[in-house]
Amino acid sequence: MPVTLKPVETYRDDFTFRNSAEAIARFPFPFPEDSYMYSVNIEPATAGAPGSVFEHWFDIDEHYRSEMAERARVLERDPDRCLVMPHMQQAGWDAVEMLMTHLATDYPEWFELERDGERWLWRNHALDLCQRFTFGDPASLPCEPLEYITRQVQGDFAMLDQRDGNLWMDAGMITCPADWSIKFDAGMSFTQWHSPVPMAHQLGVFDRALKYLMNIQVDQPVRRLNWTLTVNPRLDTSSETFHEWGGERAQVSAENVAQRVHLRVELQFMPRLPRSNALLFGIRTYLISLEELASNPAWACRLHRVLRDLPEAIADYKGMTLYRQTVVDWLRQFDPQARAA
Amino acid sequence: MTAALEVQVAGICQLTPVVREFTLVPVDGILPSFSCGSHVQVHIEAGGRTLRNAYSLLGDPADRDHYRIAVRLQEASRGGSRFMHEQLSVGDRLRLSPPANLFAPHSRARHHVLIAGGIGITPFLSYIAELQAKGASFELHYAYRAGLTDAYLASLRQRLGERLHGYDSLQGQRLDMGRLLARQKLGTHAYVCGPQSLLDCVREQAAMLGWPQSSLHWEAFAAPEPGAAFSVTLTSNGRQIDVPADSSLLETLEAHDVELPNLCRGGVCGQCATGYSSGEVEHRDSYLAPAERATTLMPCVSRGRCGSALTLNL
Repeated sequence: MPVTLKPVETYRDDFTFRNSAEAIARFPFPFPEDSYMYSVNIEPATAGAPGSVFEHWFDIDEHYRSEMAERARVLERDPDRCLVMPHMQQAGWDAVEMLMTHLATDYPEWFELERDGERWLWRNHALDLCQRFTFGDPASLPCEPLEYITRQVQGDFAMLDQRDGNLWMDAGMITCPADWSIKFDAGMSFTQWHSPVPMAHQLGVFDRALKYLMNIQVDQPVRRLNWTLTVNPRLDTSSETFHEWGGERAQVSAENVAQRVHLRVELQFMPRLPRSNALLFGIRTYLISLEELASNPAWACRLHRVLRDLPEAIADYKGMTLYRQTVVDWLRQFDPQARAA
Repeated sequence: MTAALEVQVAGICQLTPVVREFTLVPVDGILPSFSCGSHVQVHIEAGGRTLRNAYSLLGDPADRDHYRIAVRLQEASRGGSRFMHEQLSVGDRLRLSPPANLFAPHSRARHHVLIAGGIGITPFLSYIAELQAKGASFELHYAYRAGLTDAYLASLRQRLGERLHGYDSLQGQRLDMGRLLARQKLGTHAYVCGPQSLLDCVREQAAMLGWPQSSLHWEAFAAPEPGAAFSVTLTSNGRQIDVPADSSLLETLEAHDVELPNLCRGGVCGQCATGYSSGEVEHRDSYLAPAERATTLMPCVSRGRCGSALTLNL
């Protein structure tokens, strides 16, 4: 069924972002059990049920226009959120090809691609764009190839170079990160950019995950879910703008917690880029307010238990220490066991 | 496991008495793109069993409508290279596993030194297309036997001029590995593909000169060597499987519908590593650490010792 796109809502200032009932129903709730601990929760990204966020490689949903408008706003203020080191040029073209071919195949009502050898014609009906260009010739596009296509696809995209037995963050379009920065992580290895994560190193999670990711083969992508909490439906919680959103974590109260606190889920999707041998690391972010989430009481009950029992080091790393108790207190009403106690 | 690619032989070219080149086109649809240094596994039905031999893709990665591979006839062939040379004709169909890359050029190298022995030239043909397109700095050292394993010499000479250094063993021309490696500047990466003796020589000289391990890359072109027959028992169901002298353990498991992940089939990539709990193993891989060998083996190349019975954690 064709995706219906909503008019533009905002992820800042007046925060008009809301989920429809359909968007709530397909929200990728990330907890398979009542407690959470780091693990190598990576699985082959086989096609999911029709309509689910796992159906296609790159999920386009009702928030498409809003998210693309937000990306444009972030880039206007801070163009360096898109970064491509010189040796990642070819990976950028790989990304152009992968994203365009998948979008045109999966969402023909919104995207069209005509290829005549290296002469390509791309049409984006959702954003009313039409672009003729020569594949492989950067001068034929209005900006960096990675920037051109990722201004039209929801989610952040890092491109990792594979060498020296590691993966290196050498390119990316990162405008909606969960408290990190492409500029800070640029040039770091997988091992380096994960070093602040508590507990997981001791569990051997990153060594195993790295091995797994380096072995991803062409056309055999993998995926995993990650999560955190965010105050207000704010996509751009990057290190660069901490001064704009960090203080909001102190404003959560019993009165506003249900509307302002959001569960933030990242659907991470990792395909091999065939020509460059780089790894694409897609980070597709889904936001849902506690109020919206509680329309499914089973989710609210489980989230209550997860947050209540979350190890302090992880809560701290995820930046929720200031308001975790307020969230847990509000969610308790959905947990029959906790209420009975 | 992804589905195999169906291809058709569109052209065969006998380059030397022992080297044949095949051009493969898709039966329908398009072939997946590949990065330089990639290989495919060709599924070969020979003598009532399926061999899967790995061959480098030697075309220009920018060329999307066909793949090219070159096969050297092995004197001690287990049937694979002989089939490719004597049976396969234009129009025949083949099944391939999709391209995989275990031998990619290093993106940050300032200079690339490519060292090929005989048929080991094949991965470098895609390297050269790519490096030339990027305007990268490189040189090629190609050791061969004239008229036998010098398959691409003439075209490379034309293409590379002074960047090609050829060494004909019939004329007693020798590649002085120590000197070659000693004169390289910081930031150089060396890549070697060819017989084991060439790999050993490069590794030894590089170690003596204090080259960083991470600046040295190699790809072994080793089909599994035959050995003695042995048998294995699968822990999960107690099934006993006999491994003939001329089949690898991996091939034998596959013939019995036990599929293991694998990429190189040459003891390098580590994908098919399998635990075992008893039996005496002849380890032939270059992946496992000595300590790991007490409990793990690589079924693509390693075998049970003569007459030994292995118990596999499968």
